[in-house]
Amino acid sequence: MAGYIAKRLLAAIPVLFGLTIIVFLIMAMIPGDPATAILGSYATPENVAKLNKDLGLDKTLVEQYLIWIGNLFEGDLGRSYTLNRPVLDEVLERFSATLILAGTALVLCSILGLIAGIISAVRQYGWADKAITLLVLIGISTPSFWLGLLLILVFAVNLKLFPVSGMYAIYGGGDLPDLLHHLALPAFTLSVVATGVIARLTRTAMLEVLRQDYIRTARAKGLSERKVIYKHAFKSALVSIIPVIGIQAGFVIGGAVYIETVFQWPGIGSMLVKAISTRDLLLVQGGVLVVAAAYVLFNLLADVVQTLLDPRLR
Amino acid sequence: MKKLLATALASAFVAFAPPVHAQTPPNVLVVGQIAEPKSLDPHAVTAVNDFRILLNLYDGLVRYKDGTLEVEPSLAESWTISGDGKTYTFKLREGVKFHDGSDFNAAAVKFNFDRMLKEDHPYHDTGPFPLAFFFSTVEEVIAEDPMTVTFKLSAPYAPFLSNLAYPTGLIVSPEAVRQHGADFGRNPSGTGAYKFAEWDANAKMVAVKNEAYWDGAPDLEAVIYRPITDANTRIAEMLSGGLDVMVEVPPDSLQQFKQDENFSVLEQAGPHVWFLILNTREAPFDSKAARQAANYAINKTALVDNILQGTAEVAAGPTPPAFAWAYNETLEPYPYDPEKAKALLAEAGYVGEEITFFVTEGGSGMLDPVAMGTAIQADLEAVGMNVKIETYEWNTFLGKVNPGLEGQAAMAEMAWMTNDPDTLPFLALRTEAMPENGGFNSGYYSNPKVDELLEKARQVTDQSERAALYKEMQEIVQDDAPWVFVANWKQNAVTKASVEDFKLQPSFFLMLQDVKKPM
Repeated sequence: MAGYIAKRLLAAIPVLFGLTIIVFLIMAMIPGDPATAILGSYATPENVAKLNKDLGLDKTLVEQYLIWIGNLFEGDLGRSYTLNRPVLDEVLERFSATLILAGTALVLCSILGLIAGIISAVRQYGWADKAITLLVLIGISTPSFWLGLLLILVFAVNLKLFPVSGMYAIYGGGDLPDLLHHLALPAFTLSVVATGVIARLTRTAMLEVLRQDYIRTARAKGLSERKVIYKHAFKSALVSIIPVIGIQAGFVIGGAVYIETVFQWPGIGSMLVKAISTRDLLLVQGGVLVVAAAYVLFNLLADVVQTLLDPRLR
Repeated sequence: MKKLLATALASAFVAFAPPVHAQTPPNVLVVGQIAEPKSLDPHAVTAVNDFRILLNLYDGLVRYKDGTLEVEPSLAESWTISGDGKTYTFKLREGVKFHDGSDFNAAAVKFNFDRMLKEDHPYHDTGPFPLAFFFSTVEEVIAEDPMTVTFKLSAPYAPFLSNLAYPTGLIVSPEAVRQHGADFGRNPSGTGAYKFAEWDANAKMVAVKNEAYWDGAPDLEAVIYRPITDANTRIAEMLSGGLDVMVEVPPDSLQQFKQDENFSVLEQAGPHVWFLILNTREAPFDSKAARQAANYAINKTALVDNILQGTAEVAAGPTPPAFAWAYNETLEPYPYDPEKAKALLAEAGYVGEEITFFVTEGGSGMLDPVAMGTAIQADLEAVGMNVKIETYEWNTFLGKVNPGLEGQAAMAEMAWMTNDPDTLPFLALRTEAMPENGGFNSGYYSNPKVDELLEKARQVTDQSERAALYKEMQEIVQDDAPWVFVANWKQNAVTKASVEDFKLQPSFFLMLQDVKKPM
């Protein structure tokens, strides 16, 4: 197992390298440059040239990339010119905020999705199944930014149960209860679509397993329905559900971009959007690198868990 | 199981949930900003969003007089200008200290400008300083004695004083720059009414009362700036009580706040002008009649009332009325007159050839450019013009428009916000300012009389003499119509009703020295 993990991690390195080159090229190809973005109305060719020189952007693309890679090996991701601070500080701070949000959403959608899927499968075509299917369809079809705004309007503006935005209270706060309080609405909003997907797939996987012979055997042995469902059926259905949750982890991090913007959550998604629009190359590079590395790790983790669960894959 | 989980979750939230702070504490003002500040080094930034903070942390040698765009003494008590307009001597205010305890004096002033302008200055690398060219005419700064400083300019440059009142002219503590180097922007120290206290990235920036402020300590204990990029979220925060002040309220929501007695709405026209650049080098707008036709054809009142919902006023000429001292009050906007436009187009010999119109998706000061572009297209088509819109993202748009419209388009949207009546016409309406010379005259307007007036207005330092030159320039430019003059944006803000003495300034800066919030 250790060898397998090491091999997968080594294989990820060229992928990440290739990715940094692609991002570098795309950023170079899109029109506009950081100096123009900074100077706005005052972007005369003369001012732009001078500022580009000050920013070190008068060098060739290859030189810029080599400098960046060289610094990367020393653990230096450069300095963001729109934020005037080290990229590494910003990216780590932002990414940990995203992990908190996306992690919570992932736990939420896994629990809710599994429960809903199991109930749906066990009560196939019953009213519970129909109600869950309807809810799931609504959840999957609702644009998350719209749902976020709606929840803000109801629970924050009108009922005043939760704060509108941010990660911690502006005065006081800063502890775990404060964080949970701020996390509730965005994490729920972010989990809705993934909950639906997981619920649907859990239902399908469970139905398939429930039709198997060994389930009939288990029932014939006189096992309680609860034991049949949770011990026999659910455990083997989980093998095909885990990879789906792994993929949803990726979608949840991707979807966090909208949620972070709506709830002003200081995560990496909203940072990247801003960095791209201001052509902040180093910040984009650093952010994409960290997100990509996380994707690779999550996929690896899902594969490892699946291998552990399914003896046939060992 | 499900019930158990639901109960657990619900009880967790009820148990943990601290009471929501529906109200902000007394004597602390929470301001909703549109973005995270880039830096709190006034020489390193270019965005109005950052300026709104900086004017409260720092002072300049001069500042804009309350409610105007005219300069008055600030850290300089008085000044004299030499007869040739090339030497400015400032007498500095005594006994002023920076927040870090160091003294404000002539050496500090010299340090500030040398850092920005001299590439060999030991702290020049704490930049870059993108707007340093505001002071490109400064040849030398001399500390005559501890309280006297002299600026030697390479040429007479009348906007010098108002540039000193701009954030790029604010004075930072040399001690703090020496101590923090490139991180000064996160550890700022000035002489302003509020002292920097804390910057929690992407959450808040806190400034506290400067008890020793030379112009009288403020009433507020602290100001907290919160960056909230999404306008809808900003509105929700305002409605739920998480903000005391928010700026740049979208027109749709302004009405809602106006009808709610818990809030006060403020509006203030600023030094902004939204216009269409017309390509005077190519048909049809090489003809003055066609350019005037475009000005008559577009229903500016409808644009301002319907699309911008009253958040702007109709512009009459190239200079915004906010520059009250230099604005020509006798100018009337081109009236909406489609019939006259048709006649003028016929006179210009235009018979419906397709013309290209550059529109941007959004950008600094561009208001609602896509909707406005579409309405303008419809107005022009109503008088027989065949307009094709090409839409670009802001940076791409600037990259296409700034090099000049020749061979690309007949017209383009544009907006400017400036601090002196000199800036925009000097950079965008002179023969010398053609794109090939590095200027912004993307429509190639050229009128020797306008060139002469603008050159002269830089050289005379007497305000009323300058004003007369600008007024004459506005009349000529309005008649020549190198642009379609569309709108002057009104900045707006919403405050809680409990906020007192809050004012907007024509400079668009947010001055919070006198604001009170007793409850």
